[in-house]
Amino acid sequence: MAEFNVDLRPVGSVSVIDVKGYLDAHTAPELENVFNKLLDEKRFKVVVNFDELKYISSAGLGVFMAYVETMRENKGDIKFSNMKENVYNIFDLLGFPILYEFFKDEREALQKFDTLG
Amino acid sequence: MNSANYIFEKDLSVKSTTDNLALIREFTRSSAAECGFSEETVGKIILAVDEACTNIIKHAYKYSPDGNITINIKFDQKKFNISITDEGIHFDPSRVPEPDLVEYYKQKRAGGLGVFLIKKLMDEVKYSTLSGNKNQVVLVKYLS
Repeated sequence: MAEFNVDLRPVGSVSVIDVKGYLDAHTAPELENVFNKLLDEKRFKVVVNFDELKYISSAGLGVFMAYVETMRENKGDIKFSNMKENVYNIFDLLGFPILYEFFKDEREALQKFDTLG
Repeated sequence: MNSANYIFEKDLSVKSTTDNLALIREFTRSSAAECGFSEETVGKIILAVDEACTNIIKHAYKYSPDGNITINIKFDQKKFNISITDEGIHFDPSRVPEPDLVEYYKQKRAGGLGVFLIKKLMDEVKYSTLSGNKNQVVLVKYLS
């Protein structure tokens, strides 16, 4: 019933993950698969573009918690962009802005990786 | 005219599978909207119910798809009351510590955020054990 789509786009050395629709306990494994693929390919720089994400529950938030440290240990990161206010509020409620960088648009997030080299 | 006596009541019974979460959310959304909550508050109630049902599927039924989840929604004057009942393993949320995100990060932990979210999103949350080995969580939101 609820739809979720996840697409992976390489932009130079960064991998952009586009998440669309409803991210909950039912659909979170699809996102985990994408992160596992990135680890297999040793691609550790990730921007998640939330432009078309309508809903997130803690099962979705947990995926980012599970992978971010591994990305950082390998000189990468998970950065967030294009988040709608209702989705950002959930991240904020759980204190995510302490640990993650949020950008208004994807380009800013990509540039942050560029300036870090 | 007789709004003081108005009582809204609806039930939904589903099996304990994550693909039912979308149905649970739609049931919650339409009920909360019908009772007059703002879009923002409807969103909070939906998420709290999703988290409670996800915990039941994960912890009470350990992902077994044959368990029963019953959701009863009642609205009387300003009190929106959601009772969620299961027959799975008793789950004691008081044993779930408040998440420390920095600790979670160090431990690469992914779970445990749901109970905390429910508390933040709702006005009242009460977990209890009913006769017949049933567990119940009652979530309340007041229409302001």
